[in-house]
Order: sequence, then structure tokens, then C-alpha cells
Amino acid sequence: MMRARNSSELRLSQKFWQVNWPLVLLVIVIASIGFAMLYSAANGSFKPWASKQMTVFGVGLVMMLIIAVIDIRFWLRYAYVFYAFSVGLLVFVEFFGVVRNHAKRWIDLEIIQLQPSEFMKVTLVLVLARYFHRLNIEDIGRPHYLVVPLLLIAAPVLLVQRQPDLGTALFLVLCGGAMFFLAGVRIWKFVVVMTAAVVAVPVGWSFLLDYQKSRILTFLSPDRDPLGEGYHILQSKIALGSGGMFGRGFLKGTQSHLNFLPERQTDFIFTMLAEEFGLAGGLGLLGLYALVILYGFSIALRSQNQFGRLLAMGVIVLFFLYAFINIAMVMGLVPVVGLPLPLISFGGTAMITVLAGFGFLICASIHRDIRIGRHGDGS
Amino acid sequence: MKTDKLREKLFNRRAAIIAGGQLALFAGLGARMYYLQVLQAERYRTLAEDNRINLRLLAPPRGYILDRFGEPIAVNVQNYRIVIIREQVENIGATLERLDGLLETGTVDKKRVLRDAKRRRAFVPITVAENLSWGEVSRLEVNAPDLPGVSIEVGLSRFYPLGPAVAHVIGYVASVSEKDLTGDPLLELPGFRIGKSGIERRYDAALRGKAGNSQVEVNAFGRVIRELRREEGEAGREVSLTLDIELQSFAADRLAQEKSAAAVVMDPHRGDILAMVSSPGFNPNAFSEGLSNDEWRHLVRDPHSPLSNKAIAGLYAPGSTFKVVVALAALEAGISPEHSAHCRGYMKLGDRRFHCWKKHGHGRVAMVDAIRESCDIWFYDVALKIGVDRFAAMARRLGLGSKHEFDISGEKSGLIPTRDWKKATLGSSWQKGETVIAAIGQGYVLATPMQLAVMTSRLINGGYAVKPRLTREKIEADFTAPIPDPTFPSLDIPEPHRQLVMQAMDQVVNHARGTARRSRMKDPSMAMGGKTGTSQVRRISMAERESGVRKNREKPWRERDHALFIGFAPVAAPQYVAAVVVEHGGGGSKVAAPIARDLLEKAQQRDSARSGKPGDLAANELDPEGHLR
Repeated sequence: MMRARNSSELRLSQKFWQVNWPLVLLVIVIASIGFAMLYSAANGSFKPWASKQMTVFGVGLVMMLIIAVIDIRFWLRYAYVFYAFSVGLLVFVEFFGVVRNHAKRWIDLEIIQLQPSEFMKVTLVLVLARYFHRLNIEDIGRPHYLVVPLLLIAAPVLLVQRQPDLGTALFLVLCGGAMFFLAGVRIWKFVVVMTAAVVAVPVGWSFLLDYQKSRILTFLSPDRDPLGEGYHILQSKIALGSGGMFGRGFLKGTQSHLNFLPERQTDFIFTMLAEEFGLAGGLGLLGLYALVILYGFSIALRSQNQFGRLLAMGVIVLFFLYAFINIAMVMGLVPVVGLPLPLISFGGTAMITVLAGFGFLICASIHRDIRIGRHGDGS
Repeated sequence: MKTDKLREKLFNRRAAIIAGGQLALFAGLGARMYYLQVLQAERYRTLAEDNRINLRLLAPPRGYILDRFGEPIAVNVQNYRIVIIREQVENIGATLERLDGLLETGTVDKKRVLRDAKRRRAFVPITVAENLSWGEVSRLEVNAPDLPGVSIEVGLSRFYPLGPAVAHVIGYVASVSEKDLTGDPLLELPGFRIGKSGIERRYDAALRGKAGNSQVEVNAFGRVIRELRREEGEAGREVSLTLDIELQSFAADRLAQEKSAAAVVMDPHRGDILAMVSSPGFNPNAFSEGLSNDEWRHLVRDPHSPLSNKAIAGLYAPGSTFKVVVALAALEAGISPEHSAHCRGYMKLGDRRFHCWKKHGHGRVAMVDAIRESCDIWFYDVALKIGVDRFAAMARRLGLGSKHEFDISGEKSGLIPTRDWKKATLGSSWQKGETVIAAIGQGYVLATPMQLAVMTSRLINGGYAVKPRLTREKIEADFTAPIPDPTFPSLDIPEPHRQLVMQAMDQVVNHARGTARRSRMKDPSMAMGGKTGTSQVRRISMAERESGVRKNREKPWRERDHALFIGFAPVAAPQYVAAVVVEHGGGGSKVAAPIARDLLEKAQQRDSARSGKPGDLAANELDPEGHLR
């Protein structure tokens, strides 16, 4: 107990020593790859993307460190508040949001535009970690304890889906499901839910009329260009494939630079990387991502409190889903959903979200030895 | 505490499952990447290259057409044209409207452009207007920023410095029509022209050249980023003709004095055509610029048929020029040149009268007199003695009644009637009266000016079956090679017969009583021989004859006689043959003979001007009698 109490009283300077600098370095390296790709996307210019992205990253990095050194019990205590705030933003979007690409997702703050559904991802992890932290192993087995977390997931999912953005809604469901799994919900419950879903989808599908099917297909990825989506994925595959083993060289990707590749600075930036640096570059980035995941995994394992563990692993799941879905999409493995490549794609909100997530991860690492009571007290 | 430990263990297990699952899925992504980037790399690399590389054709310059001395007949000049690319134009209708305002009125054929725009692929440039003036070009340049998708291109267009003078021989070039498409990608280039008639058409393959190409890198919007590789095409080949351009334009000017006429001047020994003119002509430059509907209608409706090459496609009764053939046939049939007939102005055959052109008759005439004075009665008499088939055979040997199949198409074969021919085509038997009429080149007999020139050449050149030609080269799509002077088979006409007929033709011009005496040369060393011909377009009825035959001048143009003349010069050692037909011109001696005289005089003057130059009809290749060795 003494040890725990001591560590809870770490001074700020000590906390800085405790920051996982190798992880921070890894994040900076990945972000720098992103800057290089954005420089290339602008045909060898820092404007308009790379310079802006560097600024956002700088701000985000500071924010990450601030989140990391704040006492983990603070985050635990105010988790519901942050959650409520994020849900509030989503409700705000519902009424006052800006419509872009046929979807109402953004809040216009004059200087920047925020996408609350991104923030929602990390606050959902936070709030579920908070909720499951409270439950002991017996509680988790009782179904009625799962009603509240299910509602915690359902609220943002429904709001996001109304935008409409089924991609993000599914993302939140997957994220939440992973938290349930980590919290220890019995496997058979997942099996039942998933079996029900697997059975329901084709059965329901076969009862649909053609125009309804096509509506659902469009609904799945609302911002796809109805005429051009197949074209985009084909061009993306051509770009990837033509990169070959070692790529066509920095700034030399013909598919990207001659505009055959759509959205090369955002959703399809991985394609450009793979075109210019080939399989070597693509696997390199995948390797760096894997290192981040392993690093996060080790942090989660070493945490002495359930909140920290769930928070760390939740962030890792979040990070993984971003990377996996984006890369699978550009390779034509999953339908087109507007999801950025973490730390690399141009875009402020996603960058801030991911860095905030790493802030929580490092926070869990710094405060790993604190034992936290069910209600946030140092029991 | 115990449950906390259990909870931690459970968490660790599940976190490991998740982390392991994530790494496994990443490995799956890596495998997919390997598949795309290594196993399928080649395929996607090709697709990427297909995306960015566009092959553009470069039109080669069309080969020049030169005359026998290397003077240009057809050349290329720079031409500014507007093209639009449909996919880069926002509103094609509005753009055309704007262009119409900037250009001279009537330059933009909106309907055609819109039709082309629909038919061709969106990125193929469509020609809107051609042959822009400097003023138009500069106005367009100023307005260029407001006209996306519109650009000005510089191209080469065909130009014929001599214009109408060469139109029928050289032909013209015009836009490619659907039926011209052969798969040669050049033909799909906007503004590409191909030969549509004459030499331009016959040797189009050689003149056209081979397309070059330029590989350009384009972006997704089709904009050209840079040129990657350029392969220049092969320019079209030069084609040299036998024509003497100065003689040709002289002939064209000379014929232009008449309403409608045709003339051929040729080398009787080699068959080289030195001039071939059909008048009136048309402006071939107008065709390569694109003819307006009005201009086209005007050309088609002109009663003097400017579009037809009358030198090879005009069919005329040869009239008295045909007497040369009948005389040779008679001599061959054993009729003595001393054989004489008494001309009273007409001959009775059954109950029909066949008239001589001279109302009161020539009196007693022998062969030479009959040719010189063009007495019809002597030929009626002889023709009845030898029969139509004999002189028809001679006519065919001399090149009448069939095509000569030389460099340009459109030739007519004419007609030399025989008994069998009449039976086969008209189903009735041959009448004696028809023999009489055929003997003076009337009735069924039809010949082109070209055939008359060939006929005269075969008589003059020692009796060899010379064939006409417009080039002295073998011209193929990928090479040209000079053809050695040809040797022609002999027609086996006995020399005395030939000499006799030529002597008579000499007298036609140079004897005091010759029909073309007024057209003799001033310079006796250039003296010409020949034969006049006047062919009736319609029969003169008995009633007309009784009330006095009307003078040509009094008849409407369409009903006037055709005037013909065949001639050669110099008489001593003939080097040039001319055949002239003036449609509805009146008398051969009065209208056609002076033209032939002028042409043969000009041809001989050209001789001294060009001696020693390439293309010279080198006299030393000829024996003292002027025959090709």
C-alpha cells in the first residue's frame, strides 16, 4: 500500500520522467512520415497540407503530454462529464451542424471545423473504462449490469447514424464491443449476439426490395460517388500495385501526382505511400503501427488498476481500428468508408483524437501503480 | 482483492487475444499488400502506364507533286484552325456561339460541329473552323481565357499554285469521309485530308506518308503534363509528273478563251503527257479548304461541267479526224492511194443522200486530196468498199475504243462500232448507211481527246502502240523508282502508208488548199501537220438542208458542232502531238486548229528553253526521223 500511495504523489517533474518517451518518439516518427506524404501530395510543397498538419500535431503533442500527466483519478472522476459533453456536441451537430458531402458531421467554429463523432470515439473508451472499472468479476456476469454500458454505446451510435455516418457508428459498436470483451463479458454472449447478427443480415436482406438494397448500400458509405466509387478503388489498387517492391520514388508516384488517385491527402494517403515507397514502405508503416500496439499492450498489462488497463487497451483498439479499416479500404478489402489513417492523413480532429488517446495511454502508464477504488478513491 | 486478481488475469488473457488478433489482421494486410505489390505488380504497373501515357499521332507533311522539271504543282502551306475538345468545354453550344461572334460570319458550321462532337470520343479535338485570318487568330488569342477547351492549331494545308489549270489532272484533297476509313489511324486525325481525285487520289498512299507519334503524360483530366517520347513520322513522297507546268498553264489559259474545251499534248514516242487540260476548270484549293454547299451546287449545275475531266471523260464523235484511221485501213486493204472518187457534194445510197461538207463538191479526188480537203465522198466510197469492221479494227489498233488505264481514273472507253457490236448490243443488223457515217467519225463512233492524241501519236511515232503516262516513276506507298523509257510493240503499219497519211496531214496545214491552212506556223521549222474535224451534235434534216444549213453562229450553243483538231510538230521530225476538242465550238479548222497550233508552238519553244535540263525530251535518243531508238 505504501508504494502505491507514494507513486500517487509523484511530482510533476517525476511524472515527466515517467512518460513513455520511446512511444512519444514512435508517434513523432509516424507523424513525420505523414508530413512527408503530405509534402508529396502537394507535389513537393509544405502548403497547403503539411505545414498545417505540423501545427496541429505540435498542439496535439502538447495536449497529449498534459493529458498524460494529469492524475488518472481526475479522468476517472469526470469520465461521465466528458462523455455527456461529447454526446451534447453530437446533439448540437444534429441541430446546428454543417452539411458537407451530404452528411451533417461538422461544427463550424470559424477558424476550425470540428467533427464531434471523432471525439466521441475516445470519450466512449473513457466512459466504458470508467463503468467497467466499477464492476467486479461477479457483477460482469449479471446481465442487468450490461444495460447501462449498452445504453452508453447506443446513444452516440444512434446520433452518429443519423448524420448519416454508418461507418463511424459501426466503428463505435466495434470499439464498445472490444471494451465489453476486455471487461470480461462472457464469450458465449458475444457468440449469441454475433450469430444473431449473422443470421439476421442475410435473412433481412433477402426480404428487401431492390431499391431498398441499393439505398442501404448507399447508406453504408453515403459520401461515395455513385459513379466513381468503383473507379476510385480501382485507381487505388493500380497505384498500390504499380508501386511494386520498393516503390516509384518519393514525389514520383504517377497515380497520385497525375490525380488518378482521389483524396490522396486524406483517406487514400496510404495508397500514395505504398505507390512511392512500395511494399517496403507499406510494411514499414504497418510495422511501426504494430510496435505502437505492442507498446500499448505492455502498458495495459503493467497497469495495476482496472480503469488504466481498460483505458490503455481501449485506446489501442481505437488506434488499431483506424489503421486497419483505412488500409483494408484502400486495398479494396472493405467498402469505402471515410476513415483517416491515424497520425498520417490530413485532418485536425482525427489527429487530436488519436493524440488524446495516446495521452490517456501514457497517463495509464504513468499512474500504473495507483490502486483506485470502485468510485475513484484511492482504496 | 482476490476478485481483483481474477479480474486482472481475465483482462490480461483477453488483452492478449485482442493484441494477437490485431497483429494477425495486420499480417493479413501485409499479405494483401504482397499480393498487390509483388504478385500483381506487373499488371498494375501496366495499368498505371496506360492511365498516364497517351499516344498522339503526328500528321506527316503530304508529299509535293512536281512537274517534269521539278516545278511545284502541289505544295503545303501553313493553316491556322480552331479545335475544341468536348470534355474540356462546359457548354458546347454557348462556346460555339461565342466563337461565331469572334470569327467572320458563317465560318462556324454549328450543326456539323455538334454532330461531330456527338460522334467522336470526348477527348478527340474537333475542328471548328479552318484557314483563319491573322485578325481572327489574334482576336481568339485575346479571348482565350474565356474559352476553355478551345485552342488554335497550326497545320499544313494543300495548296495548288496553278489553281484551276491543274485541277483535273492533280485532283484535290478533302476531309476523310466514313467510307475512306481503312484503319490507318491517320485518317481519324481531325483535319486530315486525303486525295479524292486525280493524281492526289491515285498516289495517295505515297503522298500521305507515315504517321509519327508523340507519347505524352496526361493527368486524370486529360491535360498534357509533358512529352515523354516523340517519333517523327515519315513525310509523304514527292511525286514527279510528266507534265510541263508552263505548257499546262499556257494551255489552260488558251482554252479558257472558249466556253468548254479539252486538250492533250503528249510526247508521241514515250507517251509522256505534257499537258492535259479540261476547261472550264475548278479551284482545287477551294476543295482542300472545304467547299460551301453553294459553291458545290454551282459547280455541279454549271452546263460546262467544270468538274468533269473532258480530256479523258468527254466523249465526242471524232468527225473528220477519224478519216486518218479509214485512210490507213483502206491502204492496208489494198486500196490504192491513187484510187479516186468524184465528189458532187453528195452520194446516193439507195434512196438516201449522203452529203459532203462542201455543198457543191470537190470534183475528182484521190486519197491525199481527200484528207487535205476533208472530202467526205472519197471516204464514203472507200468505206463501202472495205466495210466497217476493217476500219474499226484499225481504230482499235490506234488506241480508240478502249481505256488506256494510266495514272488517273475516270477515263471513258469511247466506242468503235462493228457489225458484231451492233448485233450484240442493239440487236439489229448493220446498215450500209451506218458504215458511211462511221467513216467520217460520226454516228456511233465516240472518242475522248486523250484517245485522239494516242491515235495520232501511234501514227506519228513509227506505228508503235504507245501508251499515255503521267509519271515516269513507279510509285508505291514506301518507294518510288524511275521507270526506264518503255518500248512499245509495233502495230505493223507499212511505212509507205504512214508516210502517205502524214504527208496528207502536212498538206492539211501547209498546202494552199488545206483545211487548216490559216493555222500554219509562222516559223516553217516548227511546221505542224494535222487533221481538222467538225462533228455534228444533231442530224441535219432534209428540210434544213433545203432551206440552207444554218451557220453555227446562228444556232444555240448546245446545238453547235464540236470543233476538233489532231496535230503534230515539227513535221520534219515530230516530237509533239496535240489533240484539241472545243465543245460546240463550230468548225475544227476555225476554232480547234488555231489552239493546237498555239499549243504545239509553245511546246517547241519550251524545247529550246529547257535543253540540257533534266526532263528534257532528249533529242539524241531519237533517230534522224524522230523515232525513239
